[in-house]
Formats: sequence, C-alpha cells, structure tokens
Amino acid sequence: MNLTDWLPEIFLVLMGLAVLIYAVLDGFDLGVGLLLPMDNEPQRSQMIASIGPFWDANETWLVLAVGILLIAFPEAHSLVLREMYLPAAFLLIGLILRGVSFDFRAKAITGHRRLWDYTFKAGSLISSMTLGYMLGRYVLAFQPGLVAQAFAVLSAVCVTAAFAYIGGAWLVMKAEGDLQIRAAYWSRRAGWVAAIGIAAISIMNPLVSADVAERWLSMPAVFLLIPIPLVCLLLVVLVDQYLKQVPTRNDVGCWFPFVAVALLFVLSFLGLAYSFFPYVVPGQLTAAESASATASLQFIGVGVAIVLPLILAYTAFAYRVFWGKSTELKYY
Amino acid sequence: MESQLADVLMLSRIQFAANISFHILFPTITIALAWFLVYFKVRHEISGHPVWMRIYRFWVKVFALSFALGVVSGITMSFQFGTNWPGFMEKVGNIAGPLLGYEVLTAFFMEATFLGIMLFGSQRVPSWVHTLSTFLVAIGTSLSAFWIIALNSWMHTPDGFEMIDGVAHPLSWWDIIFNASMPYRLTHMMIASGLTAAFLIAGLSAYRLLKGDQKLAPRKAMSAGIVVAALLIPVQIFVGDLHGLNTFEHQPQKVAAMEGVWETERGAPLLLFAWPDETTRSNAFEVGVPGLASLILTHDLNGEIPGLNEFEEEGHPPVKPLFFGFRVMVGLGLLMLAVSWVSVWLLWRRGNVPVWMQRVLVGMTFSGWVATLAGWYVTEIGRQPWLVSGVLRTADAVTTVPGAQVGLSLTLYLVTYAVLLFAYLQTLFYMARKSVEVEEFERHGDVDLDELEARVSGQSDNATPEEAR
Repeated sequence: MNLTDWLPEIFLVLMGLAVLIYAVLDGFDLGVGLLLPMDNEPQRSQMIASIGPFWDANETWLVLAVGILLIAFPEAHSLVLREMYLPAAFLLIGLILRGVSFDFRAKAITGHRRLWDYTFKAGSLISSMTLGYMLGRYVLAFQPGLVAQAFAVLSAVCVTAAFAYIGGAWLVMKAEGDLQIRAAYWSRRAGWVAAIGIAAISIMNPLVSADVAERWLSMPAVFLLIPIPLVCLLLVVLVDQYLKQVPTRNDVGCWFPFVAVALLFVLSFLGLAYSFFPYVVPGQLTAAESASATASLQFIGVGVAIVLPLILAYTAFAYRVFWGKSTELKYY
Repeated sequence: MESQLADVLMLSRIQFAANISFHILFPTITIALAWFLVYFKVRHEISGHPVWMRIYRFWVKVFALSFALGVVSGITMSFQFGTNWPGFMEKVGNIAGPLLGYEVLTAFFMEATFLGIMLFGSQRVPSWVHTLSTFLVAIGTSLSAFWIIALNSWMHTPDGFEMIDGVAHPLSWWDIIFNASMPYRLTHMMIASGLTAAFLIAGLSAYRLLKGDQKLAPRKAMSAGIVVAALLIPVQIFVGDLHGLNTFEHQPQKVAAMEGVWETERGAPLLLFAWPDETTRSNAFEVGVPGLASLILTHDLNGEIPGLNEFEEEGHPPVKPLFFGFRVMVGLGLLMLAVSWVSVWLLWRRGNVPVWMQRVLVGMTFSGWVATLAGWYVTEIGRQPWLVSGVLRTADAVTTVPGAQVGLSLTLYLVTYAVLLFAYLQTLFYMARKSVEVEEFERHGDVDLDELEARVSGQSDNATPEEAR
C-alpha cells in the first residue's frame, strides 16, 4: 500500500481540517457579529474593528472546505448540495450581507451606518443558523422526518450559541474596559446554551445512529473515549469561572477563554470525525467510493503540500501583526 | 416532467448568469486596481510626495469595498456548481476541480490575508512590508484570474484529456491549462480589467473635480487613468482581433452568430447594423461594408465564412445576443479609444482636461463594466448549447432540484444583488463627494482622513461632518 492509495482519506482529513479551522476562525467573527449591541455605537465599531483584518481570510477556509469537497469528492459534493439547496442559498445570502456590511458601514453615508450594522448582525445570524442547521442535516445523513428536522434545529441553535461563545471569548481577549466586561457576560450566557447543545447532540447522535453507538460504546473504545466529554465539561466550567472574574487584575489570562473554547471546538470536531470517518456523507458515501481520479488528486495534492504550510505561515504572520488589544480601524 | 426540467434549466441558467454577471463586475475592477495601487504606493515610496499617499488612500477604500463584494459573490459561485450544475462536476470534475482548487490555494488565501495588512496594517508594519502586501494582493488577484480563465477557456476549447466511461480524465495538465483559446482570453480579460479600472479612476476623479475639488490628488489620479486607458485601448483592439481569429478557428459557429452570417459565403460584409431573425434564418435591415468581415477574419476580401446553417443539426448559439453584444463591446471600445486619445491630447497641449471632457469622463466611468459584460455574454452564450464544447451539453448538467426552490433562491439573489449594486454605486459617489470636503484640511500636513473626519464629527454616533460643523 502506498501513498496514492491513501489519497481519498488524506483529502478527507484535509477537508476536515479546513472545516475545523473555519469553525474556529469564522466562528469567532460570526460570533462577534451576533453579539453586536444595537444600543452602543462605539462598542459596535470597536467590535467590528477587532475582526476587520481577519474576516476575509477566515471565510476563505469555507471556500477551501467546499473546494476540497468539490475537487476530491464531486459525487458527494453534488449529493450534499442537492439535499441542502435552500439552506446553502440562505447561508450564502447571510455571508454576503455580513461581508459587505463590514465595508459599507465604514464608508456609507453616515446616517445609514446603523442600518448596515443591523444588516451585519442579521447576516451573521442567518449564516450561523444555517451552518448549524446544515451540520445537523449532514450528521443524520439527510434523513427525512420530524425527529431529524428537530435535531437540525437544535444543532442550529447550538452552533449559533457556540459562535457567540467563542466570539465573546475573542472580545475578552481583544477588548478592554466596559466592552470586555460585557463580552464576558455574553460569552458566559452563550456558553451555557452551547454546552447544553453539545451534550444533547452527543447523547442523541448514538441514539439515532446504530453505527455511531457501536463506535462509541463498544469495549474497549469507551474507556479511551471517555476523557473527551470529561475534558469538554472541565473546559466549560473553567471558562465559566474565569469569565465570572473578568476584568481580572492586569488582564491576566485574557487569552484563556478563547484558547479554551477553541479547544472545545477541536474536541467536538474530533468527536464528530471519530463518529463518521471515513464517510464523506455519513452512512452513504465513503471517501474512497466518491473520490475523483487519482491523477487529479495527485495534481492538486502537490499544490496542497507546497501551499498549505505557506498559507498557515502567513496567516500566523497576519495574526501576529494585529496582536494584542485591537485598536481603531484606519484605512491607509 | 419535461417542461418542469426545462423550467429548472432556464431558472438555473438565469441564476448562474445573474451570479456571475454580478460577480465579474468586481474582479474586473480589483484585478487592475490592485496594480494601480501598487503604482501609487511605489510612487510614494520613491518621491515621498504625500499626494501619492492621498491617492492611494482614496482608492484603497474603493478597492476594499469592491473586493468585499467580489469575495462574497465569489463564494456564491463556488457553491453554484454543486447546487445547480451537478452534471458539470460529475463529468469534468477531474479537470475543473484541480483548476478551481489551485485558485483557492494560490490566490484566495494570499489576497485575503495580505488584504488585512494592506488595509489596516500600515501603522503596524514597516512601509516596505506594507508595499509588499499591496504587491502580493495584486499578484493574488491576477493569479485568480489566471486559473479561472484557464478553466473557462478549457470549456471553450477542451484539450489534454480522455473520456473513460463518460467521465473526463486528465492526460496533460499543460495542455489543459494552456489550451488553444486560453492565452488570448486571458490577455483580453486582463486588459479589459485595466481599461475598466482606468476609466473608473478617470471618471470618479473627474467627478471630484467637477464638484469643485481643488486639490492635486484627483487631477493626478485622473491623468493616470487617462494615460493608462490611452495606452491599453489600441493593444486591446489588436488582442481582441487575435482572439476573434482564434475563435473563428475553433468555434466558427460563434463567429457566424457574431457576424450574422446565415449561409456560408465568400466576401462577407461587415454588418454595422441588422436585425437577425431566427425564424426566417436571415437578417432584416442590413447595413454593411462589403467584404470587410471576410477581410478581418481571413485576411482575404474573398475569404469564406461558414454560415450558421452549417451548424443547424448540432445546434448553434442564439444569434441576437451575440450579434448585438459584439456590437456593444466593439462600439464601446471605439468610444474608449476616442475619449482617451482626445483627453491625452488635451492634457498634452493644454495641460488640463476641460470641463466638457471631464463630463464625458464621468459618463464613461462604468464603460468598462458594460463592455466587459457584453464581451462575456458574446463568448459564453456563444458556447451554447454546450457547457463544455463537444463534451457536455448544458441541458445534461442541470440539477434535479425542484423548480420552485430554484425560483426562490433566484429571487433572493436578484433582490440582494440589486440592493447591493445600488448601495455600491451610491457609496462610490458619496465617497468622492466626501473627499472633496474633508481632505481640504490636509494641506497643513499629512493628516489622516478618517481621524480628521472623526474629529469633525465629534465622535458622535449619527452626526455627519456637515452637521457638526
């Protein structure tokens, strides 16, 4: 067995990586959009300034994830997007509204700014909800019926709360003063909803899917896996306790909630990945079944191997440039 | 069932056309505007004259806004293949996928990441890193165009592949990327972008001057736009001719529709006007120059041009959109030639552009958009009924999603795009008007525009600078 035979699985892992990075990065800036306080213009400007240099590149991870699905698993790509035709349209409208509001608000006729802020918030909400809904539909492999729909709605609420959670944590790291205190409050509330949601999905998932139950509950896997939910619980409690203390003296550990929530995202993602690997569409299509031609995967694989480390490097560079508390946004 | 499928096909085609037409407006500006920004920034680096930085700052905002609209409408494009055209990826995904993938990998991330530094980072990085970021964004936008044009050209003139069990498999990536029409289409599009940005810069700067802007920045920017336009337009006409010859060789049915040639003929006239009628398969109201079409296409007054009737069995593109689209594009090209050359001449002889010409330039602000769209309609509708020439028909690639869903998504997109386009245009002119007033203070030194504006408006929520003063 050589590397070529593993290409479908390698691309599946890459796609998962892109989805995970997207969830964390665009998660926090969608979350910031969700939290925009309509009663306080300076805080809104401050919040949007904190994500200004990043949102565009963050969104690109979604393009990469969908791109890999398209390139490596065209059959699954068609199937997924046919099943989720309307949610995808709503997601795109949401992302469009969010993305353009950012620039319009900065340049618009001054009286229109508030309107663009509403658009920003609405766009973030539509995007988060549809992303969550699509995740819920996907996890249950697009099963029809009321239970599956209810599951997807639960997932929509949970993902939206999770984005607000990490968005608030981001602001605790990037903001000071009143906004930081407010952000801690928001993040804490959202964290509870997100935690309940994650728990509910973790319990429901094996109940509705025999295959998932088998993977998690068989011996000895269950002993190896039990730390995952325990660590998640620990993280939620620690973050909650920290957020209660904000503002801390000298702002000590302001990065902690963000890092911890990001870790929570990683663990939740690993849980899902473990449930479904190597399926591209749970229970229907595996990576190997739906992979495109080897020659095509090789050609793009070379590019990925060279370019992806580069992308990660300059993404890290960009975050370093804008390190520390965010300052007012100025165009130069 | 048959008519239901036909509806979905038509709705999906309209949706794709609407999405891509809206999308292409913004890259057409940003591809070249990025290079203009590199030029302004480098001029500033070299001379240290603050006027170049002021020009840069104004246009970087236009760039940021255009880029954001391009990004969000581009994401929509990446979903369209799966939502509406699953047959496309199933049949030629092995070719199209990697080309799209390379665009995301080599271009999207680079431009999106360095855009952040380019827009907001100049106080946080050394000046040369900022200039480098601008340069990398420009490279990124151009690379994006390279990959997309490669794929699009492959759909017109597919090469370097073999069909195995009805699915295309790559044989030579070199032949796939550098297929027969690709170099011509890429050059034609890059210059089109240059012209679009040049006329936008000239037009919006002229608008500022007409609104009473006394400063140096709009005059310098307008001159830069005019000169670049005057240099590019003859090259564009020449390249366009080469592109046409290339199309004539590989897609003669497209050229026959562009020229309104029904029966194969020798010494075909160049039709200045006509009304092509597909029911009678002939033209009404023909006004033409005898022999000129043959001369242009075959370099022989008596050269033979194959007519549309030769392609009736296989199917040929609808004639009217090509015939008129082509004339709109060429007509605008000639108008651009006249306007830019007269402007340069005036600039050279009189040292300035008189008010009447400034008005003309304002009128030409978005001429690049119209010409680019017309050109794309000609070439894309000209590929019909094929999605990939000779490989896949458009009708065979369309989705099985119910028509009502496509109708709903199409309505949502159209409403969103109409609002955004309106807001975009309104904002551009608003920014131009605002800069007339606010930058006035700048003469005392290199004051930052936003800071100044904030000071004027007293940091308050809804007060406009006018109210505060």
